[in-house]
Amino acid sequence: MDLVHLWIFLVGLVIILYVVLDGFSLGIGLLFPFAENEEERDVMMASIAPVWDANQTWIVFGGGALFASFPKIYTILFSALYIPLFTFLFGLIFRGVAFEFRANTQDKAKWNGAFFGGCLVATIGQGLTLGAYISGIRTDEGGFAGGAFDWLSPFSVMVAVALVAGYMLLGATYLLIKTTGNVRDRAFRQAFYAVLAVAFFMIVVSIWTPYKDPAIWARWFSEPRVYWVWTFPLLGIISFILILDHLKKRQELSPFILSILLFLSAYLGLQAAIYPYAILPDVTIYEAAAQRETLIFILWGVAFILPVVLAYTIYSYWVFKGKVTAEESYH
Amino acid sequence: MDVVLLSRLQFALTTAFHIIFPTLTIGLAIYLVVVELLWLKTRLEIYYRMYRFWVKIFAIHFAVGVVTGITLEFQFGTNFARFSQAVANIMAPLLAYEAMTAFFLEAGFLGIMLFGWKRVPPVIHFLSTCLVAFGASLSAFWIMAANAWMQTPAGYELVDGQFMVTSFKDAIFNPSFSSHLIHMLMASYVTAAFAVAGISAYFLLKKQHVFFYRKSMAIALIMAALFAPLQIFVGDWKGLVVAEHQPAKLAAMEAHWETNRDQGAALILFAIPDMKNEKNHFEISIDNMLSWLITRSSHGEVKGLLEFTKDERPNVPITFFSFRIMAGIGFIFVFVMLWAGVLWLRKKIYDTPLFLKALVAVQPLGFIATISGWITTEVGRQPWVVYGLMRTEDGVSPIAAGNVIWSLSMFMIFFGIIGASYMYYTLRMLRRGPDLESPIPPIQRMAGVRPLQSENGI
Ligand code: HDD
Ligand code: HEM
Ligand code: HEM
Repeated sequence: MDLVHLWIFLVGLVIILYVVLDGFSLGIGLLFPFAENEEERDVMMASIAPVWDANQTWIVFGGGALFASFPKIYTILFSALYIPLFTFLFGLIFRGVAFEFRANTQDKAKWNGAFFGGCLVATIGQGLTLGAYISGIRTDEGGFAGGAFDWLSPFSVMVAVALVAGYMLLGATYLLIKTTGNVRDRAFRQAFYAVLAVAFFMIVVSIWTPYKDPAIWARWFSEPRVYWVWTFPLLGIISFILILDHLKKRQELSPFILSILLFLSAYLGLQAAIYPYAILPDVTIYEAAAQRETLIFILWGVAFILPVVLAYTIYSYWVFKGKVTAEESYH
Repeated sequence: MDVVLLSRLQFALTTAFHIIFPTLTIGLAIYLVVVELLWLKTRLEIYYRMYRFWVKIFAIHFAVGVVTGITLEFQFGTNFARFSQAVANIMAPLLAYEAMTAFFLEAGFLGIMLFGWKRVPPVIHFLSTCLVAFGASLSAFWIMAANAWMQTPAGYELVDGQFMVTSFKDAIFNPSFSSHLIHMLMASYVTAAFAVAGISAYFLLKKQHVFFYRKSMAIALIMAALFAPLQIFVGDWKGLVVAEHQPAKLAAMEAHWETNRDQGAALILFAIPDMKNEKNHFEISIDNMLSWLITRSSHGEVKGLLEFTKDERPNVPITFFSFRIMAGIGFIFVFVMLWAGVLWLRKKIYDTPLFLKALVAVQPLGFIATISGWITTEVGRQPWVVYGLMRTEDGVSPIAAGNVIWSLSMFMIFFGIIGASYMYYTLRMLRRGPDLESPIPPIQRMAGVRPLQSENGI
C-alpha cells in the first residue's frame, strides 16, 4: 500500500472513531428531553461525564490529521461548508460547557436545554456537512469556487435527519450498558425505534445517492469493486436483524456493538462510492495529498503515539466501567 | 467590510477569548500537582481539601478552554484557506501532533482526575494530575512552534507559492521558538499564581477559612516569586530575538521612527505615535536606553520605521501601547513580589491588609498582560501572515463576506453568554467556599492521615 492510500485509510479510521465515540455522547444529549426527572438526567450525564472530552478530541485530531495529510480536502471543504461547520462548532460549545455549568446551578432547566440544543445543533451541522460532501463541491484551480449556500439541498437535510436517528441509536444502546431501571427500560424502546428509522434512512440514501449522481453507481459496480462492495449492505442487514433480535432478548452489551457495525457498513459503502476522489466531482486523493515528507513525519506519530493513546483510553473506560449512579454526574 | 478584515477580527476575538483559559489551566495544573504531592507526602488533610477546591475552578475553566479552542483549529480552514493550503506541509503536522500528544493526554486523564477519586488509588490519581499538567504545557509546545514558525519561518523551501518542508527540526526549533515558548509558559505560571494569590487574599481580608486560604496563598506566592522576576529576563531576551528577525515589529513596539546613525537611540516611555506624519507626540524618553537594551552599547544602531515602506509597517500605536501594558504589568508583578519579600522577612505577610488588597487588585493583570503580549506579537507581525513571505490579505478563504459577518456575530453573542455564565458560576463557587466536610473516599484514605481538627485556625 502506498502512502496516500495508507493515509486515506488512517483518516477514515479516525473519522469513524470520532463518529462512534462522540456519536454516542451526542446521542445521549438528543435523548435528554425524554428523561422524566432530574435524577434520570443526572444518570444520563454521569454515563458520559468522565469520557466526553476524550471522545470529542477525536475530531480535533481528525481536523489536524486531515489538514496535515490532505490539505486540499481540509481547505476546500472547510471554506465550502463554512456555515454547517460553524453550526456544528456552536453546538459543541454549548454541549461542552453544559457539563460544568449545569452542575453548578439551581436552575438546571436552562442548561438541560443548552445541552440538548447543543447536541442537536452539532449533529445537524455534522449531517449537513456529510450530505454536502457526498453531493460534491464546485472547485476551480485547487480552491473552492461555489456560493455560500451550495451545501443546502433536500439531500443534505435528509442526511442530517438520518444522522440524528443514528446518534440516537448509539446513545440509547450505550445507555443500556451504563444504566439500570427506568432509564434503561426506556432506552430499549428508544433503541428499537431508532434502529427502524436508521434502516429506513439507509435504504433511502442508498437509492437517492446513485440517482443523484450516476457516477457513484458506476463506481460501485466497476471492477474490481463489484466483487466485494455487496459485503457492506450485507453487513448492514445482518447487524440490523441482530440488533432487533438482541433488543428483544434484552441484551445490554451487544446492541451497542452491533450499532457500531451498522454505522461501519454505511460508512464503508460510502467510501466505496467516492474513492478514488477526495472531493467530488473532480479532486482525486492523489492531488489532495500533502508532501511526502509530511506524510511520513506524522506517520511516526500515528505509529508510536496513537497506540499509547488507545491504550490509556481503554484504561480510562475500564476505570469507569459498570453502571453509573446519579451522584457521579459531578465531581 | 471585506473578508480579510472580518476574518482577522474574528480570529483575533476568538483567540483572545480562548487564551484566557489555557493561561490559567496550564499554570493551575502545575499548582495542583504541587498540592497533591504535598497531600501524598505530608498526609495533612488540608491539602486534600485544597486540591478538591481548586480543581473545581480548574475544571470549569478547562471546559471553556476546550470548546473555544476547537473553533480556532477549524478557522484555519474556514477563514484562512489560502494560507492553510500554502503552509499545510509545515504547520498542519504541528497541530496534528498537538492533538495526538497533548490534547488526548489532557482529555484522557482529566476524567480520572475529576471523577476518579472513588475508583483509583492515590498514586494513580497523582499520576493523572501530572499527566494532565504535562499535557497542558506540551500543547503550548506545539502551538507555539506553529506560531513561532509564522514569525520566523525556517526549514522550508518555497515552490510555486507552496511551502515545502526541508527539515522539521529546523521548522519546529526555528529562531524565535524557544523564547516564544518559555515566555508563554512563564506567563501562564505567573498568571495562575497571581490569580490564586488574589482570590486567597480576598477571603483572608474577609476572614473566611483563614487557615485554608493562608496555605493556598503561600504556595501561590512561592510560585509567583520564582517566575515573576524570571519573566523580565525572558522578555528582554525576546526583545533581542524580535530585533534580530523582525526589525519592523521592534521599531513599532518602541515607536522608533528614524534609524539612529552615530548617536544612541532613546527608549520612549510614553508617546502618542502618529503614523500619518511619521512621528511621535508628547514624547517622554530616556536617552540611549533603547540602544543599550537592544545592542548592549550606548550608541548601537536600531533600525527605525522609516526604513520600511508604508505598506510594510504594522499598526504602530496598537503595537506600542500593548507592549507597554504588558511590560508595565511585568514590573508591577516584580514590585509586588519585592514587597512580599520584605513582609515575609518581618513575618507579617498574612496580616498586612494593604498588601492583601494589592494582591486582590493585581489578580486580573496576568490575563491582561497575556492578551496584550499576544496583540504585540500578532499585530506587530502584520502585514505578513508568514513573516516577510506571505501577506495576510493573500491568505484568506475565497468566501463571501456575509459568511464571516454571520459567524462573527454568533461568536460575539455566544462568547458573551459563555463568558458571563462562566464568571457567574465561578464567583458562586468561590463564594460557597471549600468543602471541608464530605468524607474522604475510602480508597484515598492512607495510613497516618492527619485530619483538619488537629490543626488550629479552621
Ligand atoms: C498558530 C498560530 C497562531 C497562534 C498560536 C495565535 N495566532 Fe493570532 N493569528 C494567527 C495565528 C495564530 C493567524 C491565523 O495567522 C492570524 C490571522 C491573520 C493573521 O495575520 O494572523 C492571527 C491574527 C491575530 C490578530 C489580528 C492581527 C491583525 O490582523 O492585525 C490578533 C490580535 C491575534 N491573532 C491575537 C492572538 C492571540 C490573542 C493569540 C493567543 C492565543 C494568538 N493570536 C495566537
Ligand atoms: C491560535 C492558535 C490556537 C489553536 C488553533 C488552538 C487550538 C486548540 C484546540 C482545538 C483546543 C481544544 C482541545 C481539546 O479538545 O482538548 C485547545 C485547547 C487548549 N489550548 Fe489552544 N489553540 C491555540 C492557541 C493556544 C495557545 C497559544 C496556547 C498556549 C500556549 C494554547 C493552549 C491550549 C491548552 C492548554 C488547551 C487545553 C484546554 C485548556 O487548558 O483550556 N492554545 N486549543
Ligand atoms: C518587563 C517585562 C516583559 C518584557 C520585556 C516582555 C517582552 C515581550 C516581547 C518583546 C514580546 C513580543 C515578542 C514577539 O513579538 O515575538 C512579548 C510577548 C508576550 N508577552 Fe511579554 N514581556 C514582559 C512581561 C510579560 C508578562 C508579565 C506577561 C504575562 C503574564 C507576558 C506575556 C506575554 C505574552 C503572552 C506574549 C505573546 C506570546 C509570545 O510572544 O510569547 N509578558 N513579551
